[in-house]
Amino acid sequence: MRVTFKRDWIHSWLLLLPAMVFLFAFTHIPAVTTFINSFYSTPRGRRPAKFIGLENYERLWDDPVFWKVMFNNLWFALGTIPLSIALSIAMALWVNDKLAGRSLVRMAYFTPTVLPLIAVANIWLFFYTPGFGLFDQVFGALFGWSSTNWLGDPATALNAVIVVTVWKEAGFFMIFYLAALQAIPVSLVEAARIEGASRWTIFWRITFPLLMPTTLFVSINAVINSFRLVDHIFILTDGGPDNASSLLLFYIYEVAFRFWETGYAATLTVALLLLLSALAIGQFFFFDRKVHYK
Amino acid sequence: MSWSGPTLDRVLNTAAAWTLALLWILPLAYAIWTAFHPAAYEARFVLTAPLTMDNFAKAWSAAPFARYFLNTFVLVSLILAGQFFLCTLAAYAFARFEFPGRSLLFSLVLLQLLVMPDILIVENYKTMRLLDLVDTIPAIALPYLASGFGIFLLRQTFMTIPKELDEAARIEGASFLGVLWRVYIPLAKPTYLAYGLVSVSHHWNNFLWPLIVTNSVDTRPVTVGLSIFSAIDSGVEWSVINAATLMTSGPLLIAFLLFQRQFVQSFMRAGIK
Repeated sequence: MRVTFKRDWIHSWLLLLPAMVFLFAFTHIPAVTTFINSFYSTPRGRRPAKFIGLENYERLWDDPVFWKVMFNNLWFALGTIPLSIALSIAMALWVNDKLAGRSLVRMAYFTPTVLPLIAVANIWLFFYTPGFGLFDQVFGALFGWSSTNWLGDPATALNAVIVVTVWKEAGFFMIFYLAALQAIPVSLVEAARIEGASRWTIFWRITFPLLMPTTLFVSINAVINSFRLVDHIFILTDGGPDNASSLLLFYIYEVAFRFWETGYAATLTVALLLLLSALAIGQFFFFDRKVHYK
Repeated sequence: MSWSGPTLDRVLNTAAAWTLALLWILPLAYAIWTAFHPAAYEARFVLTAPLTMDNFAKAWSAAPFARYFLNTFVLVSLILAGQFFLCTLAAYAFARFEFPGRSLLFSLVLLQLLVMPDILIVENYKTMRLLDLVDTIPAIALPYLASGFGIFLLRQTFMTIPKELDEAARIEGASFLGVLWRVYIPLAKPTYLAYGLVSVSHHWNNFLWPLIVTNSVDTRPVTVGLSIFSAIDSGVEWSVINAATLMTSGPLLIAFLLFQRQFVQSFMRAGIK
């Protein structure tokens, strides 16, 4: 018996070895070296990286652009997450119901999910174009508004990016709610209906609480996405004007690959990783008390 | 649910659902309109507007899209093959064997769901330079091969497979790899399909890392190619840009329309944990 156990050990380690090598090489070790490098200066030419203690962190603390992109990212998360979750629940409820043309509607909601974010940005860029873009034409015809530079105005640029993101994500989240809705026993809803509960009451007292595990899963995903997906910014605004629509990861890209300040970029990455972990842990505990596991 | 006739409630709900659906499909419909019509009809919606394929022809000849498509195809296949191989082996170990360090290693796998290669761009770029792989297709693929998500998904599936099947195959003399090949992999086919679709569409659409690590026509995937083609100052007509945009999303879009049910079910299956 003991021998087979030992053999099982070796077999499992061998099975895990290839995946672990890649996992360590491109996730765990880079995460650790990011942390280490955040205490070093950026190597330039013949000058190697030098230990500079907390200097990068002091710079980060005093960097107005950092605080701006943090604030932007917060606003971006607050703007995209609740809205896309609310929309995705509505979509899932509709598509799950006996609706005329249900499969067409479902297709319409889900299609943005399969498009590359870059392609999505190209399509929306035209909508936002001042003068002859669709928004200007529609709003001009309906309300007589004058031409607006949606992406060029610091006041509207980030919100314009938020709209695109919600459009792209809601259909994706809908899928998870749809799966969850189909798992809710019909008898529960019917019992409530016999008791005379309205659709509204049924939703808030039965459906919504039972969807909580899905909401936890979707919102963790949404939070991570709000820090991870910056592709469309490259096309729509390039972070501008004056960083008004720049997000943290986009700023990291700029610092590392446009200004080539890898030391400072490592420090910014540490900030992003800390933030993500804190959010994930916080969310887990926040929802844990409200989630009803079956 | 019982049929209660077209109540006001139902009518309102249907109307709202359809309005949202129209709003949702509008951007794509608009892109299709401009791509198939001459530039003069970019903002004039008349049914008699002449259809044309010129925009596609112009886009195709203005940039090396054929090469970009080939690159993306190679990239996506490489990632899928690597992920299937690495994740299957690892998931099998986690699902069926007891060994020291299992829970620690498994939590390290799950950690990747939070600390993704997408974020570690600075260090991964350094690694690629060290390996002398910058501007190659393997460089785009390598960070994604050992996918924590894939390992987790396959482990969950393998764990649902009855142990009796496993034992029966062992009694017949199958080795531990033989059991994996003959019992586990065939029974997990739906999960492989689901994970495959999600992975292909994810990496077809991926942009930031390929943008960083490639800098020539021979390695760029379509997303990066498209972004260069449509750069604001390139002065290309909108209708041509939209044609290029549709072209790059085309294969996935068509696959989605043809296999809609499988796509939706795959994304569902991949998401339920």
